[in-house]
Amino acid sequence: MTPVLQSEGLVKRFGDVTALAGLDLVAEPGRVVALLGPNGAGKTTFVRSVATLVRPDGGTLRVAGIDAVRDPARVRRIIGLAGQHATVEAAMTGRENLEMIARLFGQGRRAARASARNVLERLALDEAADRLVRTYSGGMRRRLDLGASLVGAPRLLLLDEPTTGLDPRSRIGLWDAIGDLVAGGTDVLLTTQYLDEADRLADQVVIIDRGRVVAEGTPRELKSRVGGDLVEVRVRDHAAVAPAARALEGVGPVQTDASSLLLTMPAGNGPDDLVKAVHALAGHHAAIADIALRRPTLDEVFLSLTAATPERSPT
Amino acid sequence: MAVTQAPAGPGLATASWVVAQRGLRRTLRTPQIIVMGLVQSVAFLLIFRYVFGGAIDTRGAGYVDYMIPGLLTVSGLFAGMSAAVAVADDAASGYLDRLRSLPMPRTAVIAGQVLADTVRLTLILAVSAALAFAVGFRVHEGWAAALAAFGLCVLFGFAFVWTFVALGLLTANPQAAQGAGFLALPLSFVSSAYVPVETMPGWLRGFAENQPVTVMMDAVRALTQDPGPHTGEITRALAWTAGIIIVSAAVAVARFRRI
Repeated sequence: MTPVLQSEGLVKRFGDVTALAGLDLVAEPGRVVALLGPNGAGKTTFVRSVATLVRPDGGTLRVAGIDAVRDPARVRRIIGLAGQHATVEAAMTGRENLEMIARLFGQGRRAARASARNVLERLALDEAADRLVRTYSGGMRRRLDLGASLVGAPRLLLLDEPTTGLDPRSRIGLWDAIGDLVAGGTDVLLTTQYLDEADRLADQVVIIDRGRVVAEGTPRELKSRVGGDLVEVRVRDHAAVAPAARALEGVGPVQTDASSLLLTMPAGNGPDDLVKAVHALAGHHAAIADIALRRPTLDEVFLSLTAATPERSPT
Repeated sequence: MAVTQAPAGPGLATASWVVAQRGLRRTLRTPQIIVMGLVQSVAFLLIFRYVFGGAIDTRGAGYVDYMIPGLLTVSGLFAGMSAAVAVADDAASGYLDRLRSLPMPRTAVIAGQVLADTVRLTLILAVSAALAFAVGFRVHEGWAAALAAFGLCVLFGFAFVWTFVALGLLTANPQAAQGAGFLALPLSFVSSAYVPVETMPGWLRGFAENQPVTVMMDAVRALTQDPGPHTGEITRALAWTAGIIIVSAAVAVARFRRI
């Protein structure tokens, strides 16, 4: 299968600033790829290169097999872009906005009307469809913006920080909408600063920093890079540390941090190890404040990989 | 899998019209745009007709008939100004990026904007012209020449819209674009619009006599007030117009490609 995206050694400079420093990335069809990185890592520049808004200085970039540098016009026919801001016309209705974009995709009047109706229903905007966008809430504008990137039925949807600045409820609403699209077979490249967003939506997470890929894999693979699950036990007082340690030693190797009253033990078998630990502790009457199975988060992966890079200017 | 065959995008004419519709809807549904556009034109018309008019000696011709051709030309210039802010706003908000990511001819983005703004300024000019007649302006060379003069005003406005679109793209910032719009002030006042240029000091007069806005309003004035032929005035005005359009369009298109 032709990859949806294929970037080899992609370079883009803006004056003295190197936004992309040889970015290599392959995205297979049928998945959601999340680009994760700190501000200024090159996420937006990469998305803009794919959207043919920025012309790379070096390397190759293919979108569904089409060379984005040599044949940008053909790339534009198969992509949909939703940027960091809701770029919809406030003085038009939701329906008019979508029909306009559909017509600019080359659809006739009738086809444009049908596409707009379809997208409005999918994004649950049909009730507000004939109101001016001026009257929409921020969340509704973002959903309409997402809709505008969909009316052309793109093969690849580019979402640049789709939920930045939204309240939690609107974010979840937008996540659901994106999830539905993916279930419908649209390939998505999404950039985000939110790890939970990548965790929730993406099949493949690509962490970039200073214009290069620093890690790549499924969220699960990336988490396993910072270690597996742990059983974490917090005891009530210093007197309880020793009995708790003895109890847990029967289950697995224990690390004890007496000053913070914390004991940790690898949990290769996940919940099973937690149950064993609970039983062992019950037998030794150790006074426990808290016990939990802790999974590493993408935050830890992210921080461990991008920690050594303090200040930089945004792209 | 081979590359999927996606439909080709719209042609230049269709795409320009669809983009222009957005601009027209925005004008029609945002009363402030029309009101602000008219305020400048109407306020100047009334102030110069009734406040300053009596004190200005126009060497024989009635002041209303002298001033209105200049005022209408300047109105086209001022009406074009808001195009700079609109375009800069679209550049800053990412709206241009969305349009540029669509499979349509990119020139349609600019062409549509210019088309919508030209329709808007034609409306403003029509209202101003009607008001001009209401305050006593008269044409003396027949209606055909008067219509031609109105057509010239629209054409000048069209040329200025190109300039302001280019300025909007160059600044890509609504506040800066607003500031660049003040370029219109010296062009409108240091001209023959409100006073004969002969009354200005020599160094200023050279600029005032030859700058495009004066050349344009002289053609409009000749067509409405003086017996013909006006070939010389009109040719000079059209030459300036063509020059302005060519330079502005080249800057706008070049800048648009790089934004």
